[in-house]
Amino acid sequence: MTATRSVSVAVDGGREAGMSATAIATTATARSGEGRIGLRANLRHIGALVRRNLLQIKQDPESMFDALLMPVIFTLLFVYVFGGAVSGNQHAYVNYMIPGLMAMMGMNIAMAVGTGINTDFKTGVMDRFRTMPIARSSVLIAKIVVEVGRMLIATAILLVMGFILGLTVQTSVLHLLAAVALAMVFGASLMWIFTLLGLTMKSAQAVQGVAMIVLMPLQFGSSIFAKPTTMPGWLQGFTKVNPLSSLADANRNLINGGPVAHSALITLAWAAAITLVTAPLAVAKFRKKA
Amino acid sequence: MTLSKTTSRGGKAVEVRGLAKHYGETKALDGVDLDVTQGTVLGVLGPNGAGKTTLVRILSTLVKPDAGTARVAGYDVLSQPRQLRRVIGLTGQYASVDEKLSGRENLYMIGRLLDLSRKDARARADEMLERFSLTEAARRPAMNYSGGMRRRLDLAASMVGHPSVLYLDEPTTGLDPRTRNEVWEEVQRMVADGATVLLTTQYMEEAEQLANELTVIDRGRVIAEGRIDELKAKVGGRTLQIRPVDRAELPRMVAALDQAGLDGIAGATADEAEGLVNVPIVSDEQLTAVVGLLGARDFSIAGISTHLPSLDEVFLALTGQKTADANEFEEVGA
Repeated sequence: MTATRSVSVAVDGGREAGMSATAIATTATARSGEGRIGLRANLRHIGALVRRNLLQIKQDPESMFDALLMPVIFTLLFVYVFGGAVSGNQHAYVNYMIPGLMAMMGMNIAMAVGTGINTDFKTGVMDRFRTMPIARSSVLIAKIVVEVGRMLIATAILLVMGFILGLTVQTSVLHLLAAVALAMVFGASLMWIFTLLGLTMKSAQAVQGVAMIVLMPLQFGSSIFAKPTTMPGWLQGFTKVNPLSSLADANRNLINGGPVAHSALITLAWAAAITLVTAPLAVAKFRKKA
Repeated sequence: MTLSKTTSRGGKAVEVRGLAKHYGETKALDGVDLDVTQGTVLGVLGPNGAGKTTLVRILSTLVKPDAGTARVAGYDVLSQPRQLRRVIGLTGQYASVDEKLSGRENLYMIGRLLDLSRKDARARADEMLERFSLTEAARRPAMNYSGGMRRRLDLAASMVGHPSVLYLDEPTTGLDPRTRNEVWEEVQRMVADGATVLLTTQYMEEAEQLANELTVIDRGRVIAEGRIDELKAKVGGRTLQIRPVDRAELPRMVAALDQAGLDGIAGATADEAEGLVNVPIVSDEQLTAVVGLLGARDFSIAGISTHLPSLDEVFLALTGQKTADANEFEEVGA
């Protein structure tokens, strides 16, 4: 197949002397039949697009404020404002809340995927990508790779803040890493929801607005900040089915010790379900968007 | 898979047949046929909302047509979009570069997406920056570029992959005259290098500068096509303008021309405001005959000139006759 294509280009090259020397070279590389994009080429494209996203951050360092400062501000605020009230003292609350905040952090960062994609479509750069011989999904995948990276940074800062405020890992480093991984997996699944939002909403501001309305009840109506047993019955019901509670519970027990399997499995099931439903929808929407 | 996917010089680089695209009630394209000969520039001329951008978006696989076929370099837009994307370049009305990235990083990224090695992508980016006079601004983010620089970067981005067919969708809309000239020069260079170009524009001057052939579209339909001089001839060739010494003679001149029944001369009109008689003509013989007749009838003539219709007039004549708006207006007027 590759040979056939090269020949046809070479025939053309004879006529368009001078111009197509490079064209032939370009055509000869990374070409498989019927224009399909091979795995290596696909990875190269994703790499180039990840680089683009990193350069955007370099150019606009303020865009990292959410990942860098949010964990610092949230831990300080929540530990010192709620610590005394919820757990009697700040120290005890640190070990309760930090694992929960890991769940919240992922959510807030995942939101950036939606606003970023919305902006890309506004500026026309997406038209460029979509008229190039690359898999259209590589634009989305690159964005998600970068956001998972930002989530890791935010989580690392969160943990450093936690240790400064007296967080103690009562299990093992491996358990701690498992907690981080669980939060990442769940956060990555959320990115598909925000991608879908970003593709549907008219503006980046609208994406942010809708996201906040959805996120606030999910985050506070969970076991992240306070024990659900202190809440009224109807709210307890909501916190029970809220996947953020499962993630917070799993992480808490991974760090403080306790049964993990049940809440971890529920979290993973949620992550899988969210991805299975929203990822194909997002990719379809992305392909069709005019 | 056939061997001769690419067409030969003189062949058709773009072939569009019966292309239609509807958005609800609006017919953005309503059965458009057009061809672009390899190595030439086809100007697609039309007012806002004529369907120009929809046409370009279909030809660059961004939008799927509802009916009809379109082939670019032999590849079908619907069944072979991947292959098609390898041979096209697109520059739209809006700069489609990443504004936060520098000019160089933009071009490097595109090189990498086109499967160039790191080294080749870097070299190609520098080559393009040089060619489009952007070397000095290479490291600055594109958002700090002037309108013209941004458009040049956009053109450079479209050229990284040596496209054999280039779409320029209103490439100079919103640019000042100096910048517009810069863009025109670049396009002329690309064409000299052998590119096939489909150019959409609202500016007659732009089409006259750049295009070999023209397709005029209005409301999603082709209303005229051909070489620019052919289109001008189609709209009435030249206009002979005669200025009598005495304006009072205008009606008598028109009457004399009408009654003489000269071969092919019809529809002489008096322009009272300008003090002119306008006579549409298509040949030098007719010019001689009209002047001879007026001389023989002892009219005193102060001036004679012939006037080639501008592209503006061509367009006005073509769309004015055909658009529903114009007809409604005439009915109201009558």
